[in-house]
Amino acid sequence: MAEESFLTDDFLRQLMNVGEVDILVGLPTHNNAKTVGSIVHTIQTGILRGFPRARAVIINADGGSRDGTPELVTGVSIDDARPASNLYALRTLHSISTKYANSSQPSNKVAFRTILAAAELLRAKACVVMSPESANVEPEWLSKLLGPIYHDDFDLVTPTYSRHKFEGLLITNLLYPMTRALYGVRIRETYSPEFGFSGRLGTQFLGQNIWTDATNGTGVELRFTLAAITGKFRICQSFLGEKIQIERRSADLVPALRQTVGALFSALEPDFPVWSVVAGSEPTLTNEADHGVLLEPLRINRKRLREMFSTGVAELESVFQSILSPATLAELQQIARLRDEDFRYPAELWVRTVYEFAASYQKSVISRDHIIQALAPLFRGKALTFLTENRNASAEEIENNIEGLCREFERLKPYLLQIWKSSE
Amino acid sequence: MREMIVSELNQALHELAKGFAHFLPRLIVMLILALVGWAIAYFVKVVLRSVLRLIKFDKLSENAGASQLLSKAALPSATEVLSRFVFWVAWLGVILLGVSVLGILGLQEQVAKFFLFLPRLFVAMFIMFFGLLAASFFSRAALLAAVNANVPSPRVLSLAVRSIIIVFVLSVVFEELGLAEQTMLVAFGIAFGALMLGLAIAFGMGGRDLARRFLEKKIVRDKKEENEDELSPL
Repeated sequence: MAEESFLTDDFLRQLMNVGEVDILVGLPTHNNAKTVGSIVHTIQTGILRGFPRARAVIINADGGSRDGTPELVTGVSIDDARPASNLYALRTLHSISTKYANSSQPSNKVAFRTILAAAELLRAKACVVMSPESANVEPEWLSKLLGPIYHDDFDLVTPTYSRHKFEGLLITNLLYPMTRALYGVRIRETYSPEFGFSGRLGTQFLGQNIWTDATNGTGVELRFTLAAITGKFRICQSFLGEKIQIERRSADLVPALRQTVGALFSALEPDFPVWSVVAGSEPTLTNEADHGVLLEPLRINRKRLREMFSTGVAELESVFQSILSPATLAELQQIARLRDEDFRYPAELWVRTVYEFAASYQKSVISRDHIIQALAPLFRGKALTFLTENRNASAEEIENNIEGLCREFERLKPYLLQIWKSSE
Repeated sequence: MREMIVSELNQALHELAKGFAHFLPRLIVMLILALVGWAIAYFVKVVLRSVLRLIKFDKLSENAGASQLLSKAALPSATEVLSRFVFWVAWLGVILLGVSVLGILGLQEQVAKFFLFLPRLFVAMFIMFFGLLAASFFSRAALLAAVNANVPSPRVLSLAVRSIIIVFVLSVVFEELGLAEQTMLVAFGIAFGALMLGLAIAFGMGGRDLARRFLEKKIVRDKKEENEDELSPL
């Protein structure tokens, strides 16, 4: 098996000792000692409650932690979970940890590949990837993400969350509407640190040639979701409740763009035969609520967003000349000059901007990473407009606005096809 | 006396005719070589132009910033300039080969020098092109990083990065060409030193207010933002 070559002998030996499993829980870590113990405990409780008869294994793919994370994962005893759940597993629950790197920069791609390879070797029926950075993992999440695969033959279960109305703006203003418009499937969280998948989807994705490409593996989770869509696998969504991250990485907009928008843009080229023939979009089956919106007031520095948008449009003119059409650039320059109270980044202009960025990315008019970085100030402008327009909006109004943006992405899809084809 | 002059004249004319008869075939060979050389150079030019168009060399040159330089100098596209350059070098090379056939003393040494210089010329052009490409890439990277980090005057930073790389590339190019090596070394030292000094003065004097505003903004903002919620894009 080709995948075996990158797995260490020790890890392979441990996998052989386990034999076949029904459920595999993947836990990619890197210096998560503060939280990983409680997360493993929650996972064990979740397995005991939801799948007591299943043969299960926890695979920890560690990116070179120096704080004893792997030892904590393997050290958590199933006995600690039993009193809490008042249930007993009828099968053994294994915990295996492998270190795939010794660097200070862990790779999601290698971690995920390790988990997929282990799943294939152990012939796991249902798998789930859990994030050690989620602060409020509940045992029920395991059942919600694994249940549809284990019991109902689904291949991919993506989560939906309760979020604050202004959290996840990149998802609501770009990722969700664009993947929906292009691939025709309404998946709310195409990029999530927690998701469940079937062994067959894992094996199919493991056979794809994304592992050898030059990218550093950012956005592999998104590529996985897109592979499930293009491969016509059965997909559903499960509502997990509120999403609380241990670290709120608001300042890291550029890395977030690389992980999500970069991954989406790079998938568009190989997936062109699929998305170019899709029209409209279909809802995805969702267990429980579709998603939730929290409305507590937030203090946000709007002035800074505005300033960074206007500075970006002015300073990056030479870069935008390579990426955007003259008409779009002229409109951007026009709105950058507007007074603060009149400022508005119209939905149509935003969609055209994103589509022109996608086409320029495909043509590689300049370095692809520079194209992604250049989108950051424009996204700040769009985020500011979203904040202003929805300052006093109810959950329903916000949902209507997001729906309106999605329809705009769908309406302008022929424009993307036109500029895409003109470059061929 | 008169007979002697006529005889000398006849002999001189005879020698001249003999020399011309000896030289003429070589001249014809040279002209033929020049003609064949033109055909070869033209063929090379056409092939090179097609290859460059196929690999989208103009796009690469545009990214490197070379196209902008060419258009400012009212020159044609990078593909056209390079193919014309190769045409002239190839044709000139063949002509010089033909000239060496003439057997003119002193000229052969110059021809040999020309051929020895050609590889250095191509290496220098290679360095220049990729140097411009690197300057364009890194200056754009600096510009984007500065804009996204909200650093004041990002274009100045980008221009500084570009200038430093171009000055360095030019010094390497001149050294490769062997043109006034000492002068270039000194000029590079002066230019680089002046650039650094200029930047230091610019930041120290010209940018004093800017630096003060930046620091004030940074400190004040940091204090203010402690009370502000941060948005997570994902």
